Amino acid sequence: MPKRFVTAAVVATAVAGAMLMPAGLAGQAAKSPAPSKAGAMPRTPDGKPDLSGVYDLATLTPVERTAGTPLVMTDEQAAQLEEKVADTKEQRAAPIKGDRDAPPLGGDGSPGAAGNVGGYNSFWIDSGSRYTIVDGRKRASIVIDPPDGRVPQMNPEARARTARNVRPTSDQTTREDDPGFEGNGAYDDPERRPLGERCLMGFGSTSGPPALPNYFYNNLHQIVQTKDSVLILTEMVHDARIVRMNAEHVPAQIRKWMGDSIGRWEGDTLVVDTTNFTDKTRFRGSTDKLHIVERFTRVDAKSLRYRFTVEDPETWPAAWTGEYTWPATDELMYEYACHEGNYALGNILRGARLKEANDAKKTRQ
Amino acid sequence: MRKTVLGVLIAFVAAAGGALLTAWSTPLAGQTPAAYRAPRTADGKPDLNGIWQSLSGANYDIEAHMARPAMALRAGPYGPVPAAPVLALGAVGAVPPGMGIVEGGAIPYKPDALAKKKENQEKWLERDPEIKCYLPGVPRANYMPFPFQILQSQSAIFFAYEYAGAVRNIYLKDPGPPPVDSWMGQSVGRWEGETLVIEANGFNDSTWFDRSGNHHSEAMKVTERYTRTAPDVISYEATIDDSNVFTRPWKISFPLYRRLEKNVQIMDFKCVEFVEELMYGQWRKKPLSRE
Repeated sequence: MPKRFVTAAVVATAVAGAMLMPAGLAGQAAKSPAPSKAGAMPRTPDGKPDLSGVYDLATLTPVERTAGTPLVMTDEQAAQLEEKVADTKEQRAAPIKGDRDAPPLGGDGSPGAAGNVGGYNSFWIDSGSRYTIVDGRKRASIVIDPPDGRVPQMNPEARARTARNVRPTSDQTTREDDPGFEGNGAYDDPERRPLGERCLMGFGSTSGPPALPNYFYNNLHQIVQTKDSVLILTEMVHDARIVRMNAEHVPAQIRKWMGDSIGRWEGDTLVVDTTNFTDKTRFRGSTDKLHIVERFTRVDAKSLRYRFTVEDPETWPAAWTGEYTWPATDELMYEYACHEGNYALGNILRGARLKEANDAKKTRQ
Repeated sequence: MRKTVLGVLIAFVAAAGGALLTAWSTPLAGQTPAAYRAPRTADGKPDLNGIWQSLSGANYDIEAHMARPAMALRAGPYGPVPAAPVLALGAVGAVPPGMGIVEGGAIPYKPDALAKKKENQEKWLERDPEIKCYLPGVPRANYMPFPFQILQSQSAIFFAYEYAGAVRNIYLKDPGPPPVDSWMGQSVGRWEGETLVIEANGFNDSTWFDRSGNHHSEAMKVTERYTRTAPDVISYEATIDDSNVFTRPWKISFPLYRRLEKNVQIMDFKCVEFVEELMYGQWRKKPLSRE
């Protein structure tokens, strides 16, 4: 963990004062960041910026921020919040009492079939300890356009559509305070469970696109860059998205879990265009017409800027854009063999059937 | 900037050198043909980039075998016939013949391990990890009937398999002993002239070599050798070392062919979704009939 603190500090020092983009001026029209130290910029043999490396996307910066608050945080404000998080983590890491009582029967009263009995203690959680730093300043949200830092309101038709479609979407999170996808019939079939619970994709749109921090754990991503392909590996569920350089999209009938990604260089920025999504991910309630444009820019030897624009006219009245920094890490990636050890999904469904049988018995009595 | 210029220069020199050597390596009359020299990457290494696939059929059975009626068999009045759960597949469920990829014919099992192999084969439907879409392990990933892509840059070598979205990062610097057993193991690569040598270990004991119950323990070490022997061929060899299961190390070998289709790419084969009905269907609120 101290290693990651150092990385963040290096990023801050290297970037501070190098360039300042007016907050809120963003979207696709915004200029790519100019490298602060051109000489330190790693490049591939063909002269392109070398984006290779392992990155830790964990951050405290949420996707959206409270309406009316500024994008850029003051250093004091950020330090205060970061300290608070560190304190909470320290408290949670304290040894538990050996003679504590068992959890209450029926869970702690939170929603869900049997309440939340707690899946993870803090040892397992690596949710980030710092706010993301862009242009040397701490950021309060990933969304930069619209300038209020909020994802646009969905079209009325999209709201009606998502209300009808009960299956979870790719941004569904799994958190200690969130026992998972609920609602009528949520335990009836495996297809009704979140994609993360089914080991089909990581939760919280961690693989994306857009690739977002999941605010929980396993936020490592690896980029492998060749002339013809750029691979973006998400540690969670070992999802490897292969960006085909200077290629054309696959035909419309071919649909992919993470969409079909093609790439091109615009100056020193890798631009990745993704379409052909399946209708199974439906990022934030979007349709299979979702179109994502990602921009990867090396800011310095230790960090990338990741900017993405989300567009789906059938879901949002306008495109929206977010950005955050991907700091490099020396941590090694581990195998995330999720499905191979997924006793939970079967047990969740089996538990629901047992509960139904017990409830039926009680009603008869 | 200076580094870039230097990089380009090195690339140019390497490319020029490569071209010259290619010219030199043209076999002359009366000489044995010189070994094929692969095109080079910018840093002078044999270029393994591309999408490759085995046509060995070894995923059915890595040992030499004749065609048989099905993977799962039962006794019939005049010899084995397909077992009931696979009967409906007819000829589609039959096993194609193959000369195998094991050098020297048979796998040198210890007696107990051979008995386990036979039992695995009898209980194939319950036991083959491929049926449940589990990660294939090494070397099986390399001869599954699916393509895989090798991405090779100056700083990384990475294998992305279509089957189950399996991946292997090939460390070019040894990170030390694997911290934990895993399905795909830990791979460390190095170049020996024309050959990429990968030492892979840190496996669990849950993967198989094929659909015929050939197995190993968590002590398995696999030493793989990837050598380009023609423009569209990688010659693949692997030595399997696992003294818990085998009486001696043994070798497999087969060619990997480049997929030449213009539009070839690694597509989605997230089979996890395809096995949910098999694995969890009985726990649906309204289970589907299995008749």
